[in-house]
Amino acid sequence: MTSISIPVPARPVHPTGLWGWITTIDHKRIGILYGVTAFIFFLSGGLEALYIRAQLARPEQALVSPEVYNQLFTMHATTMIFLAIMPMGAAFFNYLIPLQIGARDVAFPRLNAFSYWTFLSGALVLKLSWFLGGAPNAGWFGYAPITGIQYNPGHGIDFWIMSLQVLGIASLAAAFNFIVTIINLRAPGMSLMRMPLFTWMTLITSFLLVLAFPVITVALIELMFDRFFGMNFFVSAAGANPLLWQHLFWVFGHPEVYILILPAMGIVSEIIPTFSRKPLFGYPVVVLSGVVIGFMGWMVWSHHMFTVGLGPIANSVFAITTMAIAIPTGVKIFNWMGTMWKGSIEFNTPMLFALGFIWTFIIGGLSGVMHSSAASDAQQQDTYFIVAHLHYVLFGGSIMALLAGVYYWFPKVTGKFMNDALGKINFWLVFISMNITFFPMHFTGLEGMPRRIYTYESEMGWDLWNLVSSIGAFALAFSILVFMVNVILSARKGEKAGGDPWDGRTLEWSISSPPPEYNFAQIPTVHGIDTFWIQKHDGVPTVPVAGGSGEEEHSIHLPQPSYWPFLVSLGLFIAAYGLIYFQSVAGLAAASIGTMLTMVSVYAWSFEPVNDPEEEH
Amino acid sequence: MPSSRRHPRYLWAALLILIALLTASCYPDNPQSTFDTSGPVAQSQLVLFYWIFWAAVFVFIVVGTILMYITIKFRRRPGDPDPPQTHGNTPLEIGWTIAPTLILAIVAVPTVITIFDNLNSPDPDALTVDVIGHQWWFEFRYPHPDGKSTIVSANELHIPVGEVVNITLDSKDVLHSFWIPKLAGKVDLVPGNKNRMWIQADEAGEYRGQCAEFCGVAHALMRFRVFAKPRSDFDEWLVAAASQAEDPIEPLAQQGKALFEGNKAQCWSCHTVGGSSKSRGQVGPSLTHVSSRSQLAAGVIENTQQNLRQWIEDPQSIKQGTTMFRDAKIYSDPNRKLSDAELSALVAYIQTLK
Repeated sequence: MTSISIPVPARPVHPTGLWGWITTIDHKRIGILYGVTAFIFFLSGGLEALYIRAQLARPEQALVSPEVYNQLFTMHATTMIFLAIMPMGAAFFNYLIPLQIGARDVAFPRLNAFSYWTFLSGALVLKLSWFLGGAPNAGWFGYAPITGIQYNPGHGIDFWIMSLQVLGIASLAAAFNFIVTIINLRAPGMSLMRMPLFTWMTLITSFLLVLAFPVITVALIELMFDRFFGMNFFVSAAGANPLLWQHLFWVFGHPEVYILILPAMGIVSEIIPTFSRKPLFGYPVVVLSGVVIGFMGWMVWSHHMFTVGLGPIANSVFAITTMAIAIPTGVKIFNWMGTMWKGSIEFNTPMLFALGFIWTFIIGGLSGVMHSSAASDAQQQDTYFIVAHLHYVLFGGSIMALLAGVYYWFPKVTGKFMNDALGKINFWLVFISMNITFFPMHFTGLEGMPRRIYTYESEMGWDLWNLVSSIGAFALAFSILVFMVNVILSARKGEKAGGDPWDGRTLEWSISSPPPEYNFAQIPTVHGIDTFWIQKHDGVPTVPVAGGSGEEEHSIHLPQPSYWPFLVSLGLFIAAYGLIYFQSVAGLAAASIGTMLTMVSVYAWSFEPVNDPEEEH
Repeated sequence: MPSSRRHPRYLWAALLILIALLTASCYPDNPQSTFDTSGPVAQSQLVLFYWIFWAAVFVFIVVGTILMYITIKFRRRPGDPDPPQTHGNTPLEIGWTIAPTLILAIVAVPTVITIFDNLNSPDPDALTVDVIGHQWWFEFRYPHPDGKSTIVSANELHIPVGEVVNITLDSKDVLHSFWIPKLAGKVDLVPGNKNRMWIQADEAGEYRGQCAEFCGVAHALMRFRVFAKPRSDFDEWLVAAASQAEDPIEPLAQQGKALFEGNKAQCWSCHTVGGSSKSRGQVGPSLTHVSSRSQLAAGVIENTQQNLRQWIEDPQSIKQGTTMFRDAKIYSDPNRKLSDAELSALVAYIQTLK
């Protein structure tokens, strides 16, 4: 932040209406954009899942064709991972990180807007494939060589490649932004080991993103060259080893799993101390275990490949590293339990979701350890047992924690409580139907049902549990509907919440709800972990909170809205579409126009001052 | 939770029902159950599974009980003062880092031993069958007893019971995975990588298998069967499998052969019939003894005359996406569409291929 000070009333900070949302660079509004967008994609991914479950409810059904079924499961996973859980995490990063570290915005506000719009571009490239000749159909990990042009001549895979590339740009920009923000914009006194746990997990997640995405980018470029220009990176007929793709994919893909779960762990690590009214037990150990998980996430990728024939030595090594990663995960769970020990636990909705997270994550973690045993995993790999496991950690883990986070921070964002009674109903519905949906998949898997099959014979003995899973899935969809009703009702008529509705411990609770645009009238000074709690309870001299002297507010410098980030992303969107059809003139033209739009916009952006130059003096 | 303390009887009843359901769900009668093992590889994997499973159950019960205790015991009561703000306990934290490490060590040792056991065949000189994956069927190649040539078959693997059978795995196109749950965990078929595994069936009988790695449209319908039989029966089968197809005697079947080898149907360009000089195609499964198989279309339908006719007439109705429908001209070129009489002839011929 520079020392330039501009009187706020002289310049409207936000244009209003739609244009205001398009040009906003306020991290809070971008966070809301991320959250709402991701939730809409979450619904679309859920719809895809319901089609799958409807098809599998009974043996030998023909609700959807096998080809459409393959598109459904590919899109369901790609949507949930890249368009729902990751951006929901980003929504929390955006909204909370500056508030938790006592900053007025992220380090690069316009880059932040760019991340969001680029995410939306990539997401639309993927989702619109349904209407443009067919969605990708090779599974979310797109194993070579079935993604090759020989076996997959349509454009589905091209949509998938382009979309993931564009999404990768969005993720990288966001990750760099949050690393710089967390490292540089912390309030005075907030050493690294005083940061809230959610901020810590965001930092680790951001590093994982920065290191993991280039790997998938390289793999996707190679695949694109194979498909577009007849190269042979993964063409086994030309002598390529298709396992190259698997290694590249999982070197990205396994850290990606931790990218999905670490923010969830961060959220739970905030909620449990608040509602136990105790500091997080063993804070340094929880931080360290997060770092260790992030680090070891790079050493376990081949456990996705136990059956591809890497040989006994590689399988043994990856079995042991995979088992080892259970240790820091277990430590986190024990520390959450230590936090609640002798606490004063309040069972409101966010806490219930956090506890639900712990229960399902224990189950998902234990089935994960079962997979780590490579020899035993040979019977489980690519069966519904894996499907059960991954949904326990991603739905029971990530989604439950994200729902906990929504219930927890909703009062901060809107100034209103979510309805707690409805919330509790919501929790029990989610928790029970989640288990009804996914627990039976353990049985079908062990009874020999492979994943990704669109039909099965009745004589296989899988009928009952598939039907139960399907019923559970529709119940789960209903419970998400209850959540939506609660959000809408509460946003309209919710009980008023003050700045600190939960007797919170971290800085975001020290300001009003919803926070003023500048967040902190005066940058706070941090006295320790849970600095706000210390302020309130230990009589440390308080720092001024929002609504201080009007003079200070007026001299707060905030960067101005900009439409260039949106235009850069729009250019990427057009270019990505064009490249998919690059063999046609129209496609090539679109690719050129999109690229030009992006370049011109980047140029204009770089010459646009953070604030209007005429008003600088 | 409080309600569970108030209604312990309901809780126990629910628990009993749950256990009954869990037990029922693992009833090992299903054709691809991993619990009903019938060979040393699957057996060792099941032993390992149980070992880890009970370790996991133990951990779940211990952690779950403590978690339940904490949430009941330390729930907030009206008027509670703020709890002491303890920040940690180093010995405790070291303790709960070491404890899972020990449990994992208990799991790791048998894991590594089993990994090596399952990959290294106890009898490298035993019968070796080459398994080759195709979209969407399995090709099986046995060494001919004469030691010179190869016996080629499809979708039904015959093995001698009680003996080690070594398997090599390869693919002609995309990834597949070879999995007979009752005999052994899966190993993938990766084009160009000769993977290997070994199986042994301890009981004679029929075993079900299925492709376990997503391989495209008809992945769900890429099934196969294993027939384990006494050595003498197996040797007999091998001799039969090695034999050439005999020329049909019946006039209808003779017409069918002509059709098979003619330019209208062009079956010969993809399928091999041993003994025929024309039918040497390598793309589809060998049909030399197709009518001795119990199933058609890679384990999708029973091998009856009616099914065979339907399979030839409209393969798409039996197996969507099948490459035969995609590639054979009789389905795309209206001029080549087979008449009812021609279909009957073709069926008659194929039924002689035993």
